[in-house]
Amino acid sequence: MKKSVLLGTLAIAGLAAGFASAQTLDEVQARGSLNCGVTTGLVGFAAPNASGEWEGFDVGLCRAVAAAVFGDATAVNFVPTTGQTRFTALASGEVDMLARNTTWTFSRDVDLRFEFVGINYYDGQGFMVPRELGVASAMELDGATVCIQTGTTTELNLADFFSSNGMSYEPVPIETNAEAQQQYLAGACDVYTTDASGLAATRATFEDPSAHVVLPEIISKEPLGPLVRHGDNEWGDIVRWTLNALIAAEELGITSANVAELASGTDNPEINRLLGTEGELGGMLGLSSDWAQNAIAAVGNYGQLFEDNIGESTPIGLSRGLNAQWTDGGLLYSPPFR
Amino acid sequence: MATMTEPPAEAFRLSQLIYDTRYRSLTIQVVAFILIMAGVFWLANNTVQNLQELGKDFNFGFLGQRAGYDINQRLIEYSNDSTHARAALVGILNTLLVAFLGCILATILGVIAGVLRLSKNWIVSRLMGVYVEGFRNIPTLLWILIVFAIMTEATPQPRDFRGENPEASMILFDTVAITNRGIFIPAPVWGEGAMVLILVFLASLAGIFAFRRYARKRQEETGVILPVFWVSLGLFFIPSILFYYILGRPVTLDYPELAGFNFTGGTHLRNSLIALWLALSLYTGAFIAENVRSGILAVSKGQTEAAFALGLRPNRTMNLVILPQALRVIIPPLISQYLNLTKNSSLAIAVGYMDVRSTLGGISINQTGRELEGMLLLGLFYLVTSLIISGLMNIYNQSIKLKER
Repeated sequence: MKKSVLLGTLAIAGLAAGFASAQTLDEVQARGSLNCGVTTGLVGFAAPNASGEWEGFDVGLCRAVAAAVFGDATAVNFVPTTGQTRFTALASGEVDMLARNTTWTFSRDVDLRFEFVGINYYDGQGFMVPRELGVASAMELDGATVCIQTGTTTELNLADFFSSNGMSYEPVPIETNAEAQQQYLAGACDVYTTDASGLAATRATFEDPSAHVVLPEIISKEPLGPLVRHGDNEWGDIVRWTLNALIAAEELGITSANVAELASGTDNPEINRLLGTEGELGGMLGLSSDWAQNAIAAVGNYGQLFEDNIGESTPIGLSRGLNAQWTDGGLLYSPPFR
Repeated sequence: MATMTEPPAEAFRLSQLIYDTRYRSLTIQVVAFILIMAGVFWLANNTVQNLQELGKDFNFGFLGQRAGYDINQRLIEYSNDSTHARAALVGILNTLLVAFLGCILATILGVIAGVLRLSKNWIVSRLMGVYVEGFRNIPTLLWILIVFAIMTEATPQPRDFRGENPEASMILFDTVAITNRGIFIPAPVWGEGAMVLILVFLASLAGIFAFRRYARKRQEETGVILPVFWVSLGLFFIPSILFYYILGRPVTLDYPELAGFNFTGGTHLRNSLIALWLALSLYTGAFIAENVRSGILAVSKGQTEAAFALGLRPNRTMNLVILPQALRVIIPPLISQYLNLTKNSSLAIAVGYMDVRSTLGGISINQTGRELEGMLLLGLFYLVTSLIISGLMNIYNQSIKLKER
């Protein structure tokens, strides 16, 4: 007699989607590296250097978070995103956080369901024109051809600015900063508009930066900050307090040079709490007690990060302005570590 | 003694579902159906669950909200106060425009290159070979970027037209300006009586059509060949030009002029449109050339020889004998080339052409965070467009198919 074998043709029941919301911190720790969304290349903020390593002001924040989580600032995968792809990349989980000159707005925070964890650069939208055009003010730009990066707040501000001033313009939509730069230099547009910091960074890479002027008008508020997905508050806390740690470190005089020495214990209890020699702040975040020490040792404090990448000693030459500590008349103000 | 026994009535066993050819195909179909349905269910379930986790709902309300961004190339009225739906419509029209222009130019290029590739002239046929292989084997996106880069870098800026001794000047009696922002050409201004002129022009088109029918009928009946080409040419130009002067020049031209930052007046053909149009046409034209060549080669040599034996000249042999038969082979693959061109036009964002992918599928999605809804709409649009194109081409294919009598 022949044994018949019946295949389990209907055994498909087990396909129920198992999508319990895994905590981002667990995922990151299991993966062993942080996926950080950055720009496709904006010198000073995030761009690969000559040896192919990403560096810049936003990159520094990614490295600080990686250092806080792993104690290793190199455990980061940088994912270049355009203005159009960044939100999808974050929402879909392709990146764990976005540090990409992204403006904090109501609708992005509430409607797009992201969590802006702070502001690492207070910016505003400006215009850059070739000096030979002889334009001195943005109010003289009626009829101009303007290069803009699509999918940004600058696109909307621009439309508002021109229509509220009764001027017309021709938008030339462009995907990345590099393309915009090429179009602008070829003269395919008269004006390039983006955040003033981005204009300064772009101009610094020109062959002859002095042939281009940034117009005095700043037409919008652009608070740029890192963001994470809505709903995972533990992960949001880690990114938020890593940024605050860098800001507080500057205020408290902790630098990458002296952090190891200060970590052995000081008279200032706030420094002790921040660096983990006193209290359990690291444990509350689910990290080791030396999380902030690692972050500061890896990239320096906020002021160091600023000066190394975009400050006045660099070709980009941005002054601190609004981005100075509150004690120096700026807007940087970290809540206390307590 | 032998006993006759009835063959045992075979009871149905489960193993028959696999080993019995009577049931096997049914089993496979049922299994495949269940697997597919399970896959669809899993995808839908997954989407719903993930949307829930992100706290997002699924609705198309964003289409009615204010768009807030500007679009440079608008075929219909649009401003940043219009809705996202209106922006999508502007994008759709831009997509259809470039697809329409592209299909026409690609067909012209393809037919010329395909016929010339079969030329007996060695240089001509090799040159066409280089064209076909060059364009077929390099991705469309690269061609779009190459054409755009050439147009941006190799042409003068508007400000080069300025001054006493300008570096660049307008061509064709100062009516056309080629700049790195696009080509500015004169635009017609419709004055009083322009409507009559348009009607006259349409009437002369109808006249040409009627004359061609008459000529064909006459030829079939009597064999007399009328000078169709010259009469058509005359009908096309003479009545319209006559009426243009009789009505006192109702149509004037608005010439582009350098004013402020840029040329104003006239029609602005943006570089993005031209680059996309040319690149898509050249690329798709290379494929069409191969279709045309294969169509012509598919017609047996005996047909040509028979036509020559009847005393037809090569020109007429091509038009009356070879091409009508070749079309049957050419049209079906041509349909898919048209579809490819239409879908490839979604690469427009690479050169900043505001097609539906850039407006609805780009900026609108980004400003509202409605990726799923936007992408579904976009997919639906391309699906419907493609189905319409292939429907129309199938009707044409029916009309030229071999009619069995």
